[in-house]
Amino acid sequence: MSDAAVFSDITTQTDSLTTADGRPLKAALAAAQARARRRAFFLVLPLLAFVLLTFVAPIGQMLHRSVHNPGFTEHHDIASGAKTPIMVNLRQWFDDNADAAPDETAYAALAADLLVLRDLKAAGNVGTRINYERAGSRSLFTKAARNAKKLEPPYTEAILDLDEDWGDPALWQVMRGASSAYTLNFYLAAIDKTRDAGGNVVAVDEVRQVYVKLFLRTLFLSLLITVLCFVLAFPIAHLLATLPLRYSNLLMIFVLLPFWTSLLVRTTSWIVLLQSEGVLNDAMVATGILADENRIQMMYNQAGTIIAMTHILLPFMVLPLYSVMRPIDKSYVRAARSLGATSWTAFRRIYFPQTVPGIGAGALLVFILAVGYYITPALVGGADGQLISNFIAYHMTKSLNWSLAAALAAILLGGILILYWLYDQLVGIDNLKLG
Amino acid sequence: MKKTLVLTTALTGLAFTASAAEVTVMSWGGAYTKSQVEAYHKPFTAETGITVNSVDADNPATPIKAQVEAGNVSVDVADVELSDAIRLCDEGLLEEIDTTLLTAAPDGTPATEDFIDGSLHDCAVANIVWTTLIGYDKDKLGGTEPTSIADFFDLEKYPGKRGMRKAAKTTLEMALMGDGVPAAEVYEVLATDEGVDRAFAKLDSIKDEVIWWEAGAQPPQLLADGEVTMTVVWNGRIFNAIAEEGKPFGLLWDGQIYDLDLFVVPKGAPNKDEAMEFIKFSTATEQLANQASWIPYGPARKSSIEKVGSFHSDPSIDMKVHMPTTEEHLANAVQNDFEFWVDYDAELNERFNAWLAN
Repeated sequence: MSDAAVFSDITTQTDSLTTADGRPLKAALAAAQARARRRAFFLVLPLLAFVLLTFVAPIGQMLHRSVHNPGFTEHHDIASGAKTPIMVNLRQWFDDNADAAPDETAYAALAADLLVLRDLKAAGNVGTRINYERAGSRSLFTKAARNAKKLEPPYTEAILDLDEDWGDPALWQVMRGASSAYTLNFYLAAIDKTRDAGGNVVAVDEVRQVYVKLFLRTLFLSLLITVLCFVLAFPIAHLLATLPLRYSNLLMIFVLLPFWTSLLVRTTSWIVLLQSEGVLNDAMVATGILADENRIQMMYNQAGTIIAMTHILLPFMVLPLYSVMRPIDKSYVRAARSLGATSWTAFRRIYFPQTVPGIGAGALLVFILAVGYYITPALVGGADGQLISNFIAYHMTKSLNWSLAAALAAILLGGILILYWLYDQLVGIDNLKLG
Repeated sequence: MKKTLVLTTALTGLAFTASAAEVTVMSWGGAYTKSQVEAYHKPFTAETGITVNSVDADNPATPIKAQVEAGNVSVDVADVELSDAIRLCDEGLLEEIDTTLLTAAPDGTPATEDFIDGSLHDCAVANIVWTTLIGYDKDKLGGTEPTSIADFFDLEKYPGKRGMRKAAKTTLEMALMGDGVPAAEVYEVLATDEGVDRAFAKLDSIKDEVIWWEAGAQPPQLLADGEVTMTVVWNGRIFNAIAEEGKPFGLLWDGQIYDLDLFVVPKGAPNKDEAMEFIKFSTATEQLANQASWIPYGPARKSSIEKVGSFHSDPSIDMKVHMPTTEEHLANAVQNDFEFWVDYDAELNERFNAWLAN
């Protein structure tokens, strides 16, 4: 029985409410809808599985990593895949003696654990975990593990004899913190904070502070690039939208060609153009605008990052603007002019407000892409043109402090979500038009 | 947790499984990889029929560590610096290598006695001695060539941009030597907080003029492009730019920091047996001596050193005088202290990055 027939039954036999084969209408309708929902679900299932597997799972895994680091609690043998709990005695001591200074029993526990580390060849990894929070700790562990067999009671003296740094209260504070695999210390590190010997949150040394500054720089440069893109893209989009189609299509190709060109090619082309012995500087020297020794440094610094990224992200602003401007009816502006508005007023009060959804979409696209940009600043940014993503990449691939990389990434993600929420409050996400 | 990581990592980089015998060797790219391909890879394939896949990285130690920790190893042999070899071995990320199986010298001296001191380790076998030094463009310096490493930091005497490697290792040592610390005392000074501050203060004095490079092939290019007038560079790379391309570059041996490069096998390498075979073949006397005719890096075997001949494309260039370990180049030179860098690499790089970004 078709749905239409069911509905015609409803209109004619509202009192009985059964289908032609005698089933209650409600149940039949629910069954039909459930079937449709199931079908819809199965249709999106491949996409859902894909998104879960390649997007949600890795991101969730990274976020988990930012608060979870078992480097001090568990040894993972790469060859066999076996996981062995480590630092068992010392962790037990930390549990039993909250807030106590290390005594002989603590050192005895440490000595027993060092023996295990020696046998497992795990001292390097444990040391690395502690080294994340207290620089110079790695060698303490590897050295102590090498000498673990020679340690004899009283252990306090034996271990302090190896290296008096073992008596450092800050080291014990870090070990206490690391004795639980779950920790927020990586988030502290990501905002240039650390814990002192008493467990209080304090700022790190001034010479080591870097991340807060980088977050702010990333935010500032992304905003600047968004504004630059808007300033450059608005006239182009307007021109494209108002020219006759055969010209505007040609011009559109010029916008799209770089869009289709490899990112690396575009970035290296900028290097060729802008480096101090590059095309632009050479041309200015040749024409006498610049003296040979006064060539302008436009690459390998912040200027390089701004120029190259603005160019690369420009199409993301042009396209939404164009798609919004194209259907704007010219007669609105004409009407405004005929009613006595100046061209500026007509633009400000009539034309511009109609382009706002496109500006919103373009700005949001460019800003969010810019905040996470990595390859271009890495190539042309030099020292002061690096963004936070370059440091996330550094910790992912070089220092291999994945927990810190995850914490930095989580803060960046949170920041973007807040900005997105703000945007929704101010402009409204429904006002966004991509095309 | 680990399993899901392995799963997602495997998804992003599905490794091809080998059908024929092959071995993947990761090295540093540019003229250096070329010298290895000519001296090791080609003869190895000719003799054994095992294909050698050559891949490059800015520093092979970093991808190795990431690959082994993620459980997705695609490299069989990697060429790494000494401090990295020791550290990776400490962390259990490398296969052990039985050095008694290495090829003996032609006169029968066992390999364990033929290699130079400190070049055989539990997980690593050295192949070359190379060095980090200052290269400069003679044309840009107006006739006076620098004579000491202090000149590199003297912007008044030698104006122009400087190229430096974007890492703490060797950069800090050079800063101290440029500040007047004798080569022999560099690591003693650098082990103190004041020493580190002093090195960064020296770097501060030229920070605005420095262009930072990451891959070893970049500095000769920066010099050739005229982007820098002087740069920190690896001696083999700059030598090849001079000998093969006839560039007007000069080398400043004062304050050079020499180091070993060693072959290692990452734990879980897919072709471990072929990897060992490759290392055995490549570190034989003849191959090491042969490599030195492609790039002026000193062989790590005593029996190879005397066999070093002339440059492969120009018989008039005697390679022996271009080696880092030649007597006259060692006047004010320091050997990279691997123990120091094993301990301080993470700490000093962290500070270096913070310094760089500010």
